[in-house]
Amino acid sequence: MDVWSSLMDGFATALTPMNLLFAVIGVLLGTAVGVLPGLGPAMTVALLLPVTAALEPTSAFIMFAGIYYGGMFGGSTTSILLNTPGESSSVVTAIEGNKMAKAGRAAQALATAAIGSFIAGTIGTALLAVFAPLVVQFAVSLGAPSYFAIMILALLAVTAVLGSSRLRGFASLALGLAIGLVGIDSVTGQRRLTFGQPLLVDGLDIVVVAVAIFAVGEALWVAAHLRRTPLHVIPVGRPWMGKKDWARSWKPWLRGTAFGFPFGALPAGGAEIPTFLSYVTEKRLTKHPEEFGKGAIEGVAGPEAANNAAAAGTLTPMLALGLPTNATAAVMLAAFTSYGIQPGPQLFSSQGPLVWALIASLFIGNFLLLLINLPLAPVWAKLLQLPRPYLYAGILFFATLGAYSVNLQAFDLVILLVLGALGFMMRRFGLPVLPLILGVILGPRIEGQLRKTLQLSAGDPAGLFSEPVAIVVYIIVAIILVWPLIFKLIRPNRPAKTPLLPANSGAADYSD
Amino acid sequence: MSSIATGLKGRAELGVALLLGAVGVLVFLDANGLVTPYSQSDPVGPKTVPFIVSGLLIICAILLAINVLRGGKGEVEGGEDVDLAHPADWKTVLPLAGAFILNILLIDWAGWVISGTVLFWGSVLALGSRHYIRDGLISVALALLTFYGFYLGLGIALPAGLLEGIL
Repeated sequence: MDVWSSLMDGFATALTPMNLLFAVIGVLLGTAVGVLPGLGPAMTVALLLPVTAALEPTSAFIMFAGIYYGGMFGGSTTSILLNTPGESSSVVTAIEGNKMAKAGRAAQALATAAIGSFIAGTIGTALLAVFAPLVVQFAVSLGAPSYFAIMILALLAVTAVLGSSRLRGFASLALGLAIGLVGIDSVTGQRRLTFGQPLLVDGLDIVVVAVAIFAVGEALWVAAHLRRTPLHVIPVGRPWMGKKDWARSWKPWLRGTAFGFPFGALPAGGAEIPTFLSYVTEKRLTKHPEEFGKGAIEGVAGPEAANNAAAAGTLTPMLALGLPTNATAAVMLAAFTSYGIQPGPQLFSSQGPLVWALIASLFIGNFLLLLINLPLAPVWAKLLQLPRPYLYAGILFFATLGAYSVNLQAFDLVILLVLGALGFMMRRFGLPVLPLILGVILGPRIEGQLRKTLQLSAGDPAGLFSEPVAIVVYIIVAIILVWPLIFKLIRPNRPAKTPLLPANSGAADYSD
Repeated sequence: MSSIATGLKGRAELGVALLLGAVGVLVFLDANGLVTPYSQSDPVGPKTVPFIVSGLLIICAILLAINVLRGGKGEVEGGEDVDLAHPADWKTVLPLAGAFILNILLIDWAGWVISGTVLFWGSVLALGSRHYIRDGLISVALALLTFYGFYLGLGIALPAGLLEGIL
């Protein structure tokens, strides 16, 4: 398959006036939700799934691509102007970015973030276009045992590597897998976890689950802790950069891209690690070390580029293997399924035009972001002033509307509330949300691969290890799982556990 | 805060362990109740994965309980609009949930335009806005716009309910 000609066909599809319009809508919507607190790209795509059901899949995915990149862009705007990053991937940007804004250099911080995002996003998307078909070539030779192993790796890695508590990550994953079990077993037709409730037979709609956990859970959680004093938003004019800023930015952009893409493409990459690595690297290499901590432009340029390159990288396993590793990719994968498109390595051959139009629209989306959003930055800053009662009431309103319009059943709203309460509880007690969503989406597919594997080996568990790739992956899984144990053995053990702690000892470190 | 109250608060996370354990037992019992003859074409059967999931849930429940009793705690999630300095404000959350439940009860009978208005208006009030009339007008406008937007734009007919024939 010729990448270049496929990509050109993709551009031809994506550049029709109608699809271009969807790209613009996607980019604007994505930036808006990225800027607004409480909303994210994953939730937006989830909310739009029922709405886009009437559209051509290609148009829908072109819009989703715009939302995906727009969300990243909006997130960095918030962290620079507010110093309270909404997404974990823009935490690092806030360190120097907000200092720059406070020092009156908000325009330059936004400019280096926007242009860096554009460059990293473009290089990242180009790498995606080159590497995804290569991964596919490798992946089509893999059978069920290898897929089973790779999916297990992705689940475990996302659960064990990201987040502060592995135990809570696994608890979240287990809940997600349990939710994924609900409904008719596709092989035997048995009803699982339906409790005689006919409305549960088709399983829980992924739109309802995602909207409940992301939107309703978030709205309830913020309502419980709504900030009484309004946040201080730093006013900003049109972003621009001087010659000196360009000279100091371009190397961090490229280095950030180099960090971001590979980490994003790994099954448990995420954007946290590469943005942090990029920050540390820039701090070490800078010619202006005295500025770090006071608003160094390198500290914004590098991590922002890393963030966007990682976003492009994440799409490699999503498109080539059907393996999502962040929340937005997970929901996009669910979108493929809802259009009746089977994700996985066959995607490039069975849905070639769609995939290449999606990749082309990533390039277009990136360009549109730069073109539209540099002049619009002051507008986005205004958006941050939206009165919070309207914002969170609006989130609940559209969450309800989105979830209800899937099946037009009030019962789905009950599930929405119950799972929303679960999302509230998870935020309250530090259970990460991503493992749950991945568990719901990947759980049924993992079970399918497991059953296919053992069907081929006639029930012999040795069938799980019948492919070399599977064995390699299991070794990596074992290392990830055993690592903390090794770590504990190397370090001297903590004193033996006391049987039951006094009633207030847990609270002692709680109330600080 | 008194030490008893903070002590209870520190252990509220045990409820999470309890929930995990309960779901684990539920998944186990449900899977155990399935009857499937052994089949050559499906040696794994529909029970295996639920058993594994239930095991994972119960192990997590036990480990989490031990972790909490030893003083471990989950990291509360922050955010742009989240101020963790004050405790959970149930006076906001419960009316908000109330507006949500009211919408569920009303949507099929009274229709989306009415139930959606109630939902948005109730939520805005619960969240602390005090512009009753302006909020009411915004709510009605939103509900009407989405109703017609979905009907004309997407071909999805949201329930008209009591206003059937008028809309």
